[in-house]
Amino acid sequence: MKDELVFERPRVLADRGMHYCPGCHHGVAHRLVAECLEEMGLVERTVAVSAIGCSVFLYNYILVDTVEAPHGRAPAVATGVKRARPDAFVFAYQGDGDLASIGLAEIMHCANRGERVSVIFVNNTVYGMTGGQMAPTTLVGQKTTTCPGGRCLEREGGPMNMAEIIAGLGGTVYSTRVALDSVKHIVAAKKAIKKAFTIQEQDLGFGFVELLATCPTNWRMTPLQANERIAKEMIPVFPLGVFKDATGEGGGK
Amino acid sequence: MSEKRMFIKGNEAIAYGALAAGLKCYFGYPITPQNDIPEFLSKALPDAGGQFVQAESEVASANMLLGAAACGIRAMTTSSSPGISLMQEAISYMAGSELPGVIVNMNRGGPGLGDIGPSQGDYFQAVKGGGHGDYRLLVLSPSTCQEAYDLIIAAFDLAFKYRNPVMILGDAILGQMKEPVTPWKPQPVPADEGHDWCLTGAKGRPSRILKSLFLDEGELAGQNLRLDAKYKSMECEVRFEAFQVEDAELVVVAHGSIGRIAKSAVRALRAAGGKVGLFRPITLFPFPSAALADLAAKGKRFLTIEHNMGQMVEDVRLAVRAHADSAFYGFLPGNMPTPDEFEAPIRSALSR
Repeated sequence: MKDELVFERPRVLADRGMHYCPGCHHGVAHRLVAECLEEMGLVERTVAVSAIGCSVFLYNYILVDTVEAPHGRAPAVATGVKRARPDAFVFAYQGDGDLASIGLAEIMHCANRGERVSVIFVNNTVYGMTGGQMAPTTLVGQKTTTCPGGRCLEREGGPMNMAEIIAGLGGTVYSTRVALDSVKHIVAAKKAIKKAFTIQEQDLGFGFVELLATCPTNWRMTPLQANERIAKEMIPVFPLGVFKDATGEGGGK
Repeated sequence: MSEKRMFIKGNEAIAYGALAAGLKCYFGYPITPQNDIPEFLSKALPDAGGQFVQAESEVASANMLLGAAACGIRAMTTSSSPGISLMQEAISYMAGSELPGVIVNMNRGGPGLGDIGPSQGDYFQAVKGGGHGDYRLLVLSPSTCQEAYDLIIAAFDLAFKYRNPVMILGDAILGQMKEPVTPWKPQPVPADEGHDWCLTGAKGRPSRILKSLFLDEGELAGQNLRLDAKYKSMECEVRFEAFQVEDAELVVVAHGSIGRIAKSAVRALRAAGGKVGLFRPITLFPFPSAALADLAAKGKRFLTIEHNMGQMVEDVRLAVRAHADSAFYGFLPGNMPTPDEFEAPIRSALSR
């Protein structure tokens, strides 16, 4: 009997175990990014910008040239990289505390300038690495270590819908929200990442992909419960969809 | 090669010098008294084939500098005191990740919003690290527009030689003062500058990581030891001006614009027969401690003059401590010093 290889690891993905918790979606997100880089032939031209949080270790898994950005500053660092090397393919990978809180100015202005970079935004509604504190994306009523009684709308405001906010900026060519909780959603997520990458390659402007992802450890849930929470609690607040697609108009600048 | 003489501000000298040094990317945010630099470069740099970005903040411009520096190209940001405070996070990361970038601080009065006039209040911030963690910048202090032009060119070379951020510490006097500058063209930037460490996309080689996070046991200690050895190796870059110190009884120590003004006062007192000289550190880090110690060993006395409440004087005292101490005269920010105002404190130190 002849063995036939039907599924393999993208070569740009390191052959090592990940440090992420069981049920965490960073692994899925990393794989999707790696597959897109490889399928689009971008690996040898890529400079990645890793951010602060669990995903700072992106460079341990996706084997491309990488620079580590301070907390929230990945879009500014990516701007510097792209301006220095316009021929490079540049993407940043940020979590929700990083992008939507401390790095809000950098992401907004990077998008507004229409920088030719792609940003992968992993939204799991908490600060993961620091132990599950309240994030700008934490749902109203969600308990975290810094809102133990549940996030209070009057006191702490509501969750921020970044894909919609980024879509409102002139330099944004593509802004979308996808989820990683089902095969169907994962397939759509890969398509979205590929589209954002293509937009950069076509020199059209800024591309933004928000991924709804789990954090079972800090949600105090099993991987299965966490996966189910995405459809049950997150998608009603963070609707999936494309909030801006200016590719038909030939650019957003 | 020498070019036509120009009558320009210190800020413009910085910009012209950076262009001559092969500047490719500039990132900045408006703040007085250094706005001439971004205003000039917003046209001149794109004209020269480079990239100019007005960032959303100094936080962002310093991080853009970090990104461009990671690509091994010559990049710069400029600002003034409050803006430099905002950049400290990125500067610390650049030092930790060993990235070469040039940062210009046209020092203004502080603390807080202070004023927009000259000051040397940022000396500690510049030479002791400035941000979090244990690191140093190479710090150069020009005192004339010509020296600003010359030192910004040196700054880029040093940044790449040591893979370290380099700061030019000027002030509002230098930035806003106009005087003749003779521009010159340095050797072209080596085509392979940074090729063995910078990010280009991992084509035909293993991928590279530029980072300052070291979590494995012993790894961060190793990085700190490596950085410390690098900072010590910078000792050979020490620069200073020693003016009429040989037979001087009193050596005035002052840097930057204040060093230049003190030189006028020293000249006037010399003309009146005073045995006084000037020692002007040009590199603030590495500090010319050995040269000061030599003078101290010869029995000189010292007076440090600064445009602050006393910062560099601590380094002078450390340098001369085996044989001497240093008196201090602080000229207060918010005022413009003249040579006359330095003469009285020098004379009084001389007569002690």
